[in-house]
Amino acid sequence: MLATARAIVYRDLLVAVRRRSDVAVALLFFVIVTSLFPLGIGAEPNLLRAIAPGVIWVSALLSSLLSLRRLFEADHDDGTLEQMLLGASPLGVVAAAKALAHWMVTGMPLAVIAPLIALQYDLAPQLFGVLALSLLLGTPVLSLIGAIGAALTLGLRGGGVLLSLLVLPLYVPVLIIGAGARRRASSCCSPRCWWWRRRSRLGQSPRH
Amino acid sequence: MKWFWYASPQTFYPLAGTIARASGIVAALLAAAGLYIGFFVAPTDAQQGEAYRIIFIHVPAAWMSMFIYVVMACWAALGLALNTRLSGMMASALAPTGALFTFIALWTGSLWGKPTWGTYWVWDARLTSELILLFLYLGFMALQAAIDDPRRADRAGALLAIVGVVNIPIIHYSVVWWNTLHQGASVSVTRAPTMAATMLTGMLLMALAFWAYSIAVSMVRVRCIIRERGGASSS
Amino acid sequence: MLEAANLTCERGGKILFQKLSLRVSKEDLLRIAGDNGSGKTSLLRILCGLAWPAHGEVRWKGEPIRRLGEEYSRSLVHIGHASGLKDELTAAENLAVTCTLAGIRASDPAIRDALGRFTIAPERQVRHLSQGQRRRAALARLALSGDVPLWLLDEPFAALDAAASALVEELVRAHAGRGGAVVYTTHQAAALRDTRVIEL
Repeated sequence: MLATARAIVYRDLLVAVRRRSDVAVALLFFVIVTSLFPLGIGAEPNLLRAIAPGVIWVSALLSSLLSLRRLFEADHDDGTLEQMLLGASPLGVVAAAKALAHWMVTGMPLAVIAPLIALQYDLAPQLFGVLALSLLLGTPVLSLIGAIGAALTLGLRGGGVLLSLLVLPLYVPVLIIGAGARRRASSCCSPRCWWWRRRSRLGQSPRH
Repeated sequence: MKWFWYASPQTFYPLAGTIARASGIVAALLAAAGLYIGFFVAPTDAQQGEAYRIIFIHVPAAWMSMFIYVVMACWAALGLALNTRLSGMMASALAPTGALFTFIALWTGSLWGKPTWGTYWVWDARLTSELILLFLYLGFMALQAAIDDPRRADRAGALLAIVGVVNIPIIHYSVVWWNTLHQGASVSVTRAPTMAATMLTGMLLMALAFWAYSIAVSMVRVRCIIRERGGASSS
Repeated sequence: MLEAANLTCERGGKILFQKLSLRVSKEDLLRIAGDNGSGKTSLLRILCGLAWPAHGEVRWKGEPIRRLGEEYSRSLVHIGHASGLKDELTAAENLAVTCTLAGIRASDPAIRDALGRFTIAPERQVRHLSQGQRRRAALARLALSGDVPLWLLDEPFAALDAAASALVEELVRAHAGRGGAVVYTTHQAAALRDTRVIEL
């Protein structure tokens, strides 16, 4: 089972490394969207500082959504999905491995460059760690939930928009907790309390 | 034993018609009673005046919107576990009614907000949760509409409904938490005035009326679905 | 080994075949023949477990395949129309992952050897291969699947030149000779001799 998971993650990472444009586009989208908000709302520093975590989280969410469509579609097109379906391991392992690979390619880079965006929004430096950590913990959950939507809408007309419609309501708790983490951190208790809450969310896994 | 005989769409078709007629009558009677109590018998509220009377529609509609989702998810789970076609049809039949009640809850919530708090929309926990519930219903209906093969549509919808039902408490509590985080001076729009016995009776009657209505309407819809899929031999 | 009883297949409201029963035992070579659109690929997919029949059941060693799940998947090799290869990976990398997914233990030299038999350069990325070469790279898997009892091949001879066709034929016969079973589809009239035929 572990061998299967490793093989799937390895293959997806290799494809991502050799087709760097996919990863770059998702990251670029993230950066562009975060730049749109000040243009739309106004660049008042206090305002930007207040909306920073929310804006970064929403942009991360949308960026993650962008690449979800291709999660299973690419494999369906070239026949590798059938190989995985007829594989020696349970489908749950396959789905989890795909979600993990998706996270490593889209979610993790977002968490890494989020502090740079936070700089643009003049967020206090001591909150960078909380922000990055919340994204690091939240984006795998986004990938897992997104995998459910991607699997259900595989091959359907209007798949991309339908996928967003299905998955965004399920993303809401992650967004609330993730973006709310900064408030908690800056106000009183340690990040530990929402960290614990986050771990329980990671127990969700997609079905085929 | 008898349940499984009715699990075939052909045999369920006439039964559905009977249930629909009976529930429709019950719904009309209960609604008449509930509305009478709500609009004429229950006393005027000390703080909110006559405007509060909309809760006789708002609160039962909100209850039904959540209840129907749970029932839908139960039918979905049954369909997946026992592989019966009728369960999937029932889930599909319930969804539009659930969406309707969610919409009614949101709309009446807004109408209540205007005279009492001055705005049509408030981002309080209950209304925001209802909004997300509406998206969940619409997503379910959109997914089923996008899939041509009825079997796949039933299975996909069932999975989505089950994922949704597990998420509803999570969504609700996270929204409540979010609400406390960003609490300004505003009080929740949906806080009902302290309940006099007549008010409670009125709301319960309306809830039962909505329930009977949902049964009636979903039975009619299931008959349409059965006919569409070629399962009914005669009316 | 493999038994199918009363299979009915529907596609787009049309019934492709109904009440189809077949049996495949050891050392069997079964060919599914028929025109385009007659349901050959659908039948093969139903036998794999990738699709479900409208009616009927497929059994492997007496057990319905639905209940067996991975146990059945491990006992078969399915090569369909799609190549099952990632464009960005080399032929060797693709074959290595495919074998791992199928639970087949294959060492590096064995993989290179298999690809060599089909004259595919292991280190070339698949996107640089022609259509025929991709087909051969996909079929190279057969050279490593000697231990897998059931082979289900969809149009294995399509897009292959004479040498490659002969190689596939050799592998198929060797597999049947070892006690395995092969079910394949083709709409070409020329096919392996000594095979049973089912017409759709």
